[in-house]
Amino acid sequence: MSKDIIAIIRENVIQGRKTQDDIGIDDSLAGTPGVVELTQQALERNISPQGIITEGLTAGMQVVGEKFSTKEYFIPDMLASAEAVGAAMDILKPVLESANVETKGKFAIATVKGDIHDIGKNIVAILLKGAGYEVHDLGTDVPTEQVVEFVREEKPGYLGLSALLTTTMIEMGVVIKALEENKLRSSVKVLVGGAAVSEEFAQEIGADAYCIDAFAAIKVLEGY
Amino acid sequence: MPREGILVDRPYERLTREQVELIHQVSMQILTDPGLISFNREAVDILHGHGAAVESIAGDHQSWQVKIPEQLVLKALDNAPRTVKLGARNPDNTLIMHGDEPRVYFITGSETNIWLDVHFPTYVNKADPTREIRIPEFKPRRGTVDDLCQSAHICEHLEMVDGYIRTVNIQDRDITGDNKDVNKFFASLNNNTKHFMSGLTSLKQLDNVVRMAELIVGGKKALEENPIISFITCLVKSPLQFVDDTTATFIEVCRRGLPVAVSSSPQAGTTAPIKEAGIMAQINAEVLAGITLGQLVKPGTPVLYGSVPVRARMDTLGDSYGSVETSQYNIDCVQMARFYGIPNYSTSGVCDSKIPGQQSSIERLFSDIVVAMSGPQYLHCAFGLLDCNSVFCLLQAVLDDAHFKMIKFFLRQPRIDQPEMEAALKQMRAVVTTPQKLYISYIRPVLRSGEISGIYPFEGSGETDDVFEIAYEQMKDLLARPVEHIDRKITARIFEEIPGLLPRLNVYERGS
Ligand code: B12
Repeated sequence: MSKDIIAIIRENVIQGRKTQDDIGIDDSLAGTPGVVELTQQALERNISPQGIITEGLTAGMQVVGEKFSTKEYFIPDMLASAEAVGAAMDILKPVLESANVETKGKFAIATVKGDIHDIGKNIVAILLKGAGYEVHDLGTDVPTEQVVEFVREEKPGYLGLSALLTTTMIEMGVVIKALEENKLRSSVKVLVGGAAVSEEFAQEIGADAYCIDAFAAIKVLEGY
Repeated sequence: MPREGILVDRPYERLTREQVELIHQVSMQILTDPGLISFNREAVDILHGHGAAVESIAGDHQSWQVKIPEQLVLKALDNAPRTVKLGARNPDNTLIMHGDEPRVYFITGSETNIWLDVHFPTYVNKADPTREIRIPEFKPRRGTVDDLCQSAHICEHLEMVDGYIRTVNIQDRDITGDNKDVNKFFASLNNNTKHFMSGLTSLKQLDNVVRMAELIVGGKKALEENPIISFITCLVKSPLQFVDDTTATFIEVCRRGLPVAVSSSPQAGTTAPIKEAGIMAQINAEVLAGITLGQLVKPGTPVLYGSVPVRARMDTLGDSYGSVETSQYNIDCVQMARFYGIPNYSTSGVCDSKIPGQQSSIERLFSDIVVAMSGPQYLHCAFGLLDCNSVFCLLQAVLDDAHFKMIKFFLRQPRIDQPEMEAALKQMRAVVTTPQKLYISYIRPVLRSGEISGIYPFEGSGETDDVFEIAYEQMKDLLARPVEHIDRKITARIFEEIPGLLPRLNVYERGS
């Protein structure tokens, strides 16, 4: 029985159905519970959160990733699945915390000061959440002090900075300097991205990684 | 169910109503003064019998000056059907054309002498021999009946090809003036289930090809109901001359009541005035002369108003299909045909370029888009044709098909109505309350519905242009897909009854 519901969760992740109102990739599951409802049901039946995550959510995302790389799926499909997984993680979070289970880690993300571009940053946030990270989105045009404050208080393991303008990307270097000055640099891995940024620039300002897109970010994070 | 084609909602028109009427009036004047010179005796007799003034012209070739009075033309226009049906071996491929409905069908052709093979040799960078690239090379050679089979085969599978005009002239050693028609008809019909239109090399073969079509559909009556073949005749040679042999063929086709495109191909600058007003009045007069003759031979004969106007190029005085005026003339002709309510055979996509590449893409797409927008019913859009109708390349045909899909998508009617707006408003009101403010989750329901267009189908990866290689792979896939041949029994009867067919065209007797 427990196996069944996990298999159904996985199928719904592949279909990208967050709730029962979502249609999915085709209408074969229409009207049936989605990932959110199924995750709640699973918890009520005392199924282990780890099982739900590894065999349901993560296994489903794995299939989604494969379908994306063979061009069967498009980015909107990927995002739908990631959002479904993200919503399930919100439900599982308190349970995992009370059981002292480690999550994949906290990921703070922000578009730097002076820059309001956020489409790319939002996509990265959704996909990372779907990949199991606890994502904190600080928004756009975020002042350096606010970023530093968040790192000090919330102690995220990872910090993602986004900039799309050549004029604002230097702000990323400013953030890294400020982290150093506040003796916080070693506590957090800094990932940078956005159209203006390049590999060389990331090295120049002392970032830990440059990510061309969200998938690169997932790869980089898995390597830590 | 006929093929769908593309219904152009609000066709693009260049001419005002006054300009259309002026062209019509001047065409009427042309038909009486100077009238047409006819090299064909029978046409002279028929027209004379219905009141045209006729005068013999002194000279080497027997010819006559024929003056066609306006009321004869108007009566013919009254008799010409407003709706023409072109049948097909597969009835789902039927084409139904209404003269007043701008529904566009995309058709192959014309007949080229040269077939262009493509291969991809590898080149090494002199400065850095570790770097290699593959570049397409095109090799011209004379077309064969095998090529025609291949072309018909590919066109069967190209989604946007609505009807088939033979694309390549068969020049095998065993093809003669006498057996050419039967072999080109059989090669095309046997490898393609769409409508087949062709010119005729020898009038003597008319009854043989008609008989072949009757055998395929199941008799004379069946062919009348499902005319799987039709003819194209350029009976008027510009300026204003009824050619002897093609006019004879045209008259015989009309007698049999089979659909026929009356086409004229004046060249602005050489065989027609260089300016738009002149070529338009002349081509219109030439087509009307043909239609009039056809309706006198047999009232009600299904005809297409055929237009292949072109501008001369100034460096050679050859055709320049790539010139922008060529598209203008074609669009004007579409409008004239619509004025008369007769379905139009129009031309686009023929390019000056000799090989596939940037020039050919730009020339063909330019005319394909604008002429399609004007809403001709039967658009001879030159799938795969290059070098002003002299060269055919399968690879180009595959590319053209993809580009026509884009044009088809573009010509869809806009969906802006109350329910669409209500759905959009609902989305907006929901999205603005979310932190991310993105509409992405609303993409999915339409992602696979066909409502959004795809990316360019031959897009390569990285920094290289892989268009030709990707199209080439698709071409091979299409050739590997089978086609529905004429069945064994009928094939046997055709080979029994129709003389001159090459035994190697019989797919059931090839011993494989
Ligand atoms: C959309 C857009 C806008 C929208 C933004 C809407 C929004 N909600 O974000 C609007 C219209 C508001 C806008 C405004 C401006 N824009 Co603008 N904009 C763009 C555009 C066309 C696309 C950006 C985009 O969303 N791409 C799609 C997403 C999915 O891609 P992405 O952002 O690159 O993100 C991906 C990766 O880069 C990576 N990534 C991104 N960030 C991060 C972060 C991390 C941590 C990781 C791991 C990965 C990662 O992953 C993402 C997903 O794959 C770009 C052109 C371009 N080629 O990028 C110009 C562009 C960035 N804009 C430009 C300019 C100049 C401006 C303006 C200054 C224009 C003006 N004069 O007002 C203003 C900026 C105002 C400001 N203060 O920021 C220029 C910048 C040039 C330069 N000098 O750097 C660009 C390059 C256009 C151009 N060629 O001129 N813009």
